[in-house]
Amino acid sequence: MTDPSDVAHGEAPDNGAEAPVTAPETGAEERRRLHDVWMSGTEAPTRSGHFTSEAGQEMLEEEEGAVLAQQRGTLVSDDYLDDIESDDDERQILNMGPQHPSTHGVLRLQLELIGERIIRAKPIIGYLHTGMEKTAETLTYMQGSTNVTRMDYLSPFFNELCFSLATERLLGVDVPPRADAIRVLMTELNRVSSHLVWIATQGMDIGALSMMIYGFRDREPILDFFERTTGLRMNHNYIRPGGVAADLPDGWRDDVVSIIDLVTKGVGEYEGILNANPIFIERTQSVGVITPEECDAYGVTGPIARASGVDWDLRKAFPYSGIDQYEFKVPLGRHGDTFDRYIVRMEEIKQSLGIVAQVMDSMPDGDWRTGDRKVTPPPRARIDQSMEALIHHFKLFTGGFGVPAGEVYQAVESPRGELGMYLVSDGGTRPYRLHVRGPSFANTQALPVMLTDSLIADVVATLASVDPVLGDVDR
Amino acid sequence: MADDVTTPEETVVDTTGAASAHPALAAVAATVPSAVFDVVLGDPVARVEREDYLALFEALEDEGFEAFSDLCVVDYLHREIGRFDVVVNLLSHQHKVRLRVLCAVPGNDPTLPSLSGVYPGANFYEREGYDLLGVTFTDHPDLTRIMLPEDWEGHPLRKDESVGSVPVQFKGSNKVE
Repeated sequence: MTDPSDVAHGEAPDNGAEAPVTAPETGAEERRRLHDVWMSGTEAPTRSGHFTSEAGQEMLEEEEGAVLAQQRGTLVSDDYLDDIESDDDERQILNMGPQHPSTHGVLRLQLELIGERIIRAKPIIGYLHTGMEKTAETLTYMQGSTNVTRMDYLSPFFNELCFSLATERLLGVDVPPRADAIRVLMTELNRVSSHLVWIATQGMDIGALSMMIYGFRDREPILDFFERTTGLRMNHNYIRPGGVAADLPDGWRDDVVSIIDLVTKGVGEYEGILNANPIFIERTQSVGVITPEECDAYGVTGPIARASGVDWDLRKAFPYSGIDQYEFKVPLGRHGDTFDRYIVRMEEIKQSLGIVAQVMDSMPDGDWRTGDRKVTPPPRARIDQSMEALIHHFKLFTGGFGVPAGEVYQAVESPRGELGMYLVSDGGTRPYRLHVRGPSFANTQALPVMLTDSLIADVVATLASVDPVLGDVDR
Repeated sequence: MADDVTTPEETVVDTTGAASAHPALAAVAATVPSAVFDVVLGDPVARVEREDYLALFEALEDEGFEAFSDLCVVDYLHREIGRFDVVVNLLSHQHKVRLRVLCAVPGNDPTLPSLSGVYPGANFYEREGYDLLGVTFTDHPDLTRIMLPEDWEGHPLRKDESVGSVPVQFKGSNKVE
């Protein structure tokens, strides 16, 4: 007689005539019950449950046309082996994530499988969306770098650098040579530390657990150096519009020399472990292949595109912060598979260490932030002496500085690819709009191209080689 | 006579500003004459009418702008030429140039053809533009929300959308009677 759901609601629907169930009538949601809260003696629920659903974003059992091509990754080049013979018993749609240790955050993948073979894949994102682009519209340009640094949390200096460069282009402010050199030093060290996390997790995901220990071990001195310089291990807010927040600490050369020695030795160890390791080679070569044409069409950039042979590095194409005065080479792969991404990233670590060594040798003296008092707060000592300095300080920290109306797109080569920011100013002290083109967003989008037609065990290896940071994807 | 014929053609090229923005854009400007080119802070920028939006990108892809880079929507609430700007960034590896294309979209009819047929990478970016700013990209294969839950109401990055707040109860605070 009594429906189980009524029993769960307690005494309230005692009359049993019509239970005030407000669940939507669509099929998938009928199975779920609303979490209504009933108080004794009341007729209606005091707090009504609320569905959130990704139903429209999910993969359907039957898709057609362009959707199917998207999920199969055959939009650009159709290398799909269309020899699927199966009955419905063998097909299944598998959810991987958002809580899965190898999804590197909260990425959710829907995979259609026949046996162990992946027929379709669909990345579903948004679980870490916190509206940071909207937040950026409420923060002044001085505060903005605290916001953007939290997006790609493994390479925070690049976010700050990109935001600062965009603001400085709108302002028309040039930063001193020492600020540029410090920026290059910090970002290239950051590239090394980010790649070290990647090699750690890539190794861990395919079973080389010692790589995890080694990668995090060698990243530690770099984070220690960041902490000594900026005060924080992550989310530094160190690179700011107009320069950097502080000069390098005393004895920074000794730290950098020891980092270079340690990581160079470490990279040799990793290559000794992995390069001729038959298990590593079997699990990475010809796994997760993407072609140069697909990279361009999907907006895939960075080491993934370079592993496919796309000769494109923003540090060479559109140099920023004077990085073109240092000598470095752009490593390229040929096969576009997981192994080539490994080779390219290892080589990038060496090249970045080379840049760091050059910056260390040629570090110019001078100020580390622009002398423009409309942008940079005056030195503490000046505030006691000068009324104007006090006024500038007060205005900067209460209202911020205005940026001339205009719009600019600034891109830097982050460890994951092209990190771009489209900054629109209406002349005020806060951005009118800040759009962040995260490299992981585009790289995640191309996952079906790499995943389909491979085996379920290869998903983990491929996903790790894409190295997505979900804070950057969802923002 | 011959001079009379050639002069208007040259002025057309001059008014669009394509050749001065970048030499590679001259052929594109000939295909899509309504596009206006300019250089803003060192970057080549094109502004195109909604009718020629898709045609411009097809011409650009033929002209070597093969790499899709970025697409975003900006809400200019009270603007005469259209409330929204759809901003697309393309890269040409062979010409080593980045081109930004802007297209105004009116607020009472925020629709635009989807680029995902030309550049598959536009897929996620157009979903983001639809989700956060409510611009509908027609012929998009899978135009659903991407960041927010499916049953979210409104488009939070629009300028007339309220930021919202979560009520906080300050229990035990000193009430002023």
